[in-house]
Amino acid sequence: MDTVLAVEALYKRYGAALAVAGITFRVGRNEIVGLLGPNGAGKTTTINMILGVLEPTSGSIRIEGRDVTTDRSRALACTNFTAVYATLPGNLTVEQNLRFFGMIYDVRQLSDRIAELLVQFDLKTFRNVKCGLLSSGEQTRVQLAKALLNRPHLLLLDEPTASLDPSAAREIRAIIRELTARDGVGVLWTSHNMYEVQDVCDRALFLSHGHILLEGDPKTLPREHGKATLEELFIAVAREPLTLSLE
Amino acid sequence: MRFNRTAAIMLRQFYLMRGSPARVLPLFVWVAIDIVLWGFITKYLNGIAAPGFNFVYTLLGAVLLWDFFGRVMLGITTAFLEDVWSRNFINIFATPMRISEYVAGLVLTSVMTSLVGLAVMMFLAMLVFRLSFLTYGLMLTAFLLVLFLFGIALGIFACAVVLRLGPASEWLVWPVPALLSPFVGVFYPLKTLPTWMRMIARALPPSYVFEGMRTIVLGERFSGITLLWGGLLALLYIMLAGIFFVRVYRYASRTGLLARYSAETAA
Repeated sequence: MDTVLAVEALYKRYGAALAVAGITFRVGRNEIVGLLGPNGAGKTTTINMILGVLEPTSGSIRIEGRDVTTDRSRALACTNFTAVYATLPGNLTVEQNLRFFGMIYDVRQLSDRIAELLVQFDLKTFRNVKCGLLSSGEQTRVQLAKALLNRPHLLLLDEPTASLDPSAAREIRAIIRELTARDGVGVLWTSHNMYEVQDVCDRALFLSHGHILLEGDPKTLPREHGKATLEELFIAVAREPLTLSLE
Repeated sequence: MRFNRTAAIMLRQFYLMRGSPARVLPLFVWVAIDIVLWGFITKYLNGIAAPGFNFVYTLLGAVLLWDFFGRVMLGITTAFLEDVWSRNFINIFATPMRISEYVAGLVLTSVMTSLVGLAVMMFLAMLVFRLSFLTYGLMLTAFLLVLFLFGIALGIFACAVVLRLGPASEWLVWPVPALLSPFVGVFYPLKTLPTWMRMIARALPPSYVFEGMRTIVLGERFSGITLLWGGLLALLYIMLAGIFFVRVYRYASRTGLLARYSAETAA
């Protein structure tokens, strides 16, 4: 597998508390990997470390072979993300936000790229509207447009469809799937929507108390562990992680 | 270092100002009020004092220089606070932008905004109160440069303090110029100060500027070497402030403060 993201023995400790406990995983090109787990499992901590805003206690993160700690700028140049907790500045318009971040990501022919994304995410009518005035669904679409500005090789999506209606969520899933298949993007996707994970992800990692407990195809994982649905498996992992990890 | 990224920080500030009079007016309103206020005070003092001494050059000139210094510092701090107010840290720091590019963007933003304030002050001081900048000669450029450099140093330091202590600490940095003003002798010679204050004054670059300005106005000889020392001190402070900012950034990244900034503490 051609690897876009390689995480090796990653630890994050806050004093006595271990938030991420030595996880190792990879995301390949053309692959969507679901990062699942209950609240506080370490998903956002992991994503923050991959994004370089949180320094790992130990371990390594390589994006396209570049170490995020020692070669941060080049590693992040081919990465982008959206997260529900990282909304774009509400006092800038949609276009101003895209131009601002496009310049930071050094996007060539930026005006053309912005125009393309405005069409792709149905944002043309909001071009000159301040982001703070948009509905949460519209804001999510702007965030996704920003996340695709630099044609990233690695895309980190932290609950990207959490505030979208089912129809908009389906469209977004289709866009991401197409992008992954066509442009060779590797995607790390967190979600609490198990239907979505089964629909979109090629592989899922179950994270609990900072450990990866299970890994596999989300369509076959429930059966392999004696559960009827992915949601049942999720609940079992959330409630009795140690039992499952020993199975 | 990519100029595009540095320019993005400036462009963002331009966008914000274009749509917000609340951001544009402070660039020149407060400094203009200061010039008007001190302009009339100097006029009054000139009227009651013995003839032969013009307060315009010492007091009004000092106010102009001091306000310029304050605008430089606040120019950097305000641009940084825009990211605090809009909770934009993760978006900014999860990009390929280097810390040096980000700080350079803040500095360039401050250059633009402080020049607006300086132009308004000079215009008012010359036109309304007959302050002739020829009195200071070429030294005026050197005075402005030293104050500009120290304003940058203090601005970067203030950003680091806000990054380390959280959003509420912005109230600690607004009065910093006022806290320094008694020590640097904006309106009086340093010999007026007690010894301990004079020792602190020697470590502060603006002291050399205001002593120099008064020496020139009184028609005495002023050595450029003294001002060079002030300039070197300011450069040293920029370096120290840069190191401090990087250390605070690393601390914030290590402890998780950067990712959870609105919580104000990583604990």
